[in-house]
Amino acid sequence: MAGTQDRSILAFDEVTVRFDDRAVLDRVSFELHRGESLVLLGEAGSGKTVLLKSALGLIKADGGRIYLFGEDVTKATEQQWYDLRARMGVLFQEGGLFDSLSIEDNVAYPLLNQETLRCPEEEMARRVEQSLEFVELGHTLEKFPSELSGGMRRRVGIARAIVTEPELLLYDSPTAGLDPITAATIMALIIKGRDVRRATTVIVTHRYQDGEMLTRYRHDASLGHVVPAAANGSGPRTHYVVLREGRIVFDGSQAEMETAADEYVANFVRRPG
Amino acid sequence: MLDLIKGPILTFQEFVLLAGRATRGIFRKPYYWPDVFTQMDLIGIGSLPVVLLTGFFSGAVMALQMSRALQTYGATSQIGQIVAITLVREMGPVLTALMVAGRNSSGMASELGSMKVTEQIDAMRALGTDPVMKLVKPRLIATATMLPLLTILADFVGIFGGWIVACPLLGLTSDAQYWNNSWRSLEYNDITQGLLKPFVFAIVLSLVGCFYGMKTTGGTQGVGLATTQAVVVASVWVVVLTFLIGRIFVSM
Ligand SMILES: Nc1ncnc2c1ncn2[C@@H]1O[C@H](COP(=O)(O)OP(=O)(O)O)[C@@H](O)[C@H]1O
Ligand SMILES: [Mg+2]
Repeated sequence: MAGTQDRSILAFDEVTVRFDDRAVLDRVSFELHRGESLVLLGEAGSGKTVLLKSALGLIKADGGRIYLFGEDVTKATEQQWYDLRARMGVLFQEGGLFDSLSIEDNVAYPLLNQETLRCPEEEMARRVEQSLEFVELGHTLEKFPSELSGGMRRRVGIARAIVTEPELLLYDSPTAGLDPITAATIMALIIKGRDVRRATTVIVTHRYQDGEMLTRYRHDASLGHVVPAAANGSGPRTHYVVLREGRIVFDGSQAEMETAADEYVANFVRRPG
Repeated sequence: MLDLIKGPILTFQEFVLLAGRATRGIFRKPYYWPDVFTQMDLIGIGSLPVVLLTGFFSGAVMALQMSRALQTYGATSQIGQIVAITLVREMGPVLTALMVAGRNSSGMASELGSMKVTEQIDAMRALGTDPVMKLVKPRLIATATMLPLLTILADFVGIFGGWIVACPLLGLTSDAQYWNNSWRSLEYNDITQGLLKPFVFAIVLSLVGCFYGMKTTGGTQGVGLATTQAVVVASVWVVVLTFLIGRIFVSM
């Protein structure tokens, strides 16, 4: 890992996580550099969420090493983890919106509670509003999560993830359970987040077309929406990792993904819209 | 055989770990006072009607059942003493704790359980708050202050319920004798025991409720299971602990 450490944002080295003696992650290794995107594919139950939560220090690894922002965080204390997490944004699979708090308070939560991110009240209100504008939900400040649709809740989750302007963004199954149109809207927001904020992005999904969209589109600031990226692939590098029952069975580019011989990997590519 | 007891022992170990973190947390910042007051309201005010009803009728029923036995010995004048001692030492703390276990331990388990399965607890940690400080500590503080107060009220209305049966209803003894008798019979030891018990129960009730909530897995179904487990485990702890504490006081 030496030499690449300055650019490395997130790296797993032979990470193993066990639940009840069953390895849910089995010697998982990969590396993600600053500005890159990672598409993490895998069937339900393959360990995608567990991988993401170990990267956040929410689940402790039973073996191996985890590197964040170029530092070995395997042995980090909970207090050190709070500081690390302040540099990351996350959208949880189940949303994780606090249903006792209004949308405004939900989005303001990380700014209020992360010590390293405290800011004056006016500044906070401005950032919350900006963040909600970003996901086109500026009018919902006073509402509660239960009053919003599933797609809107996802968008609030994205607003909460980006409000801290994190260096690393983690999205857990952002399009799961959404209709195709809403799913495309969410993906467009994720692309916008990646291109406008230049954040390193990890997206967990079981839908190959999410990854495809991430690779093939970019956000055009002058037009204000996503457009197909140049064919030569000058945009940010996206790489693909495929998980199967806790093991990495593929790690490579989209082109390699599309020509993969492995049946399990090829199945993701073949799966229709 | 080893496998059979491994599960419960691991669970107990996890519980002790949470209890330790929550207890240490009591003396450390941050304090989320609004959450503490919300919980106090939920436990103290919310459980008041059911606690008062239970207290009243347990006192009344005790006077009713004791009246026959006391008549046989011609000792009906002692009714106030019997009702007071049994209530303050045993029935008041235990019945109040069981009611609060049913209402509040279950409430904590289901609330924290829903938060767990919708990843709100993960989100808290990811966004800079310690769920033990934000969720467990306020519930612990609130229960530990409200349960002793509820118990005192239950004791009073219980003695009042006993009086209704003993005096206006059955005419076992005079009003003055009943109140005098019940008041005088209470010793320092009874009062200590009667207040120590709800305090200990409160710690167990709140921690058990939070513990089962926080370790919920398996979606909505898991929340139901966690709630049931919390009530059962908390209730069993109450009756076991009342015996243990009683045992210590009897030998003193
Ligand atoms: N807290 C837990 N306790 C026990 N098993 C767990 C826990 N969390 C996840 N698992 C198991 O780990 C495996 C991977 O889960 P997960 O990462 O959620 O899958 P997915 O790829 O669908 O996100 C599943 O078999 C799941 O049952
Ligand atoms: Mg998942």
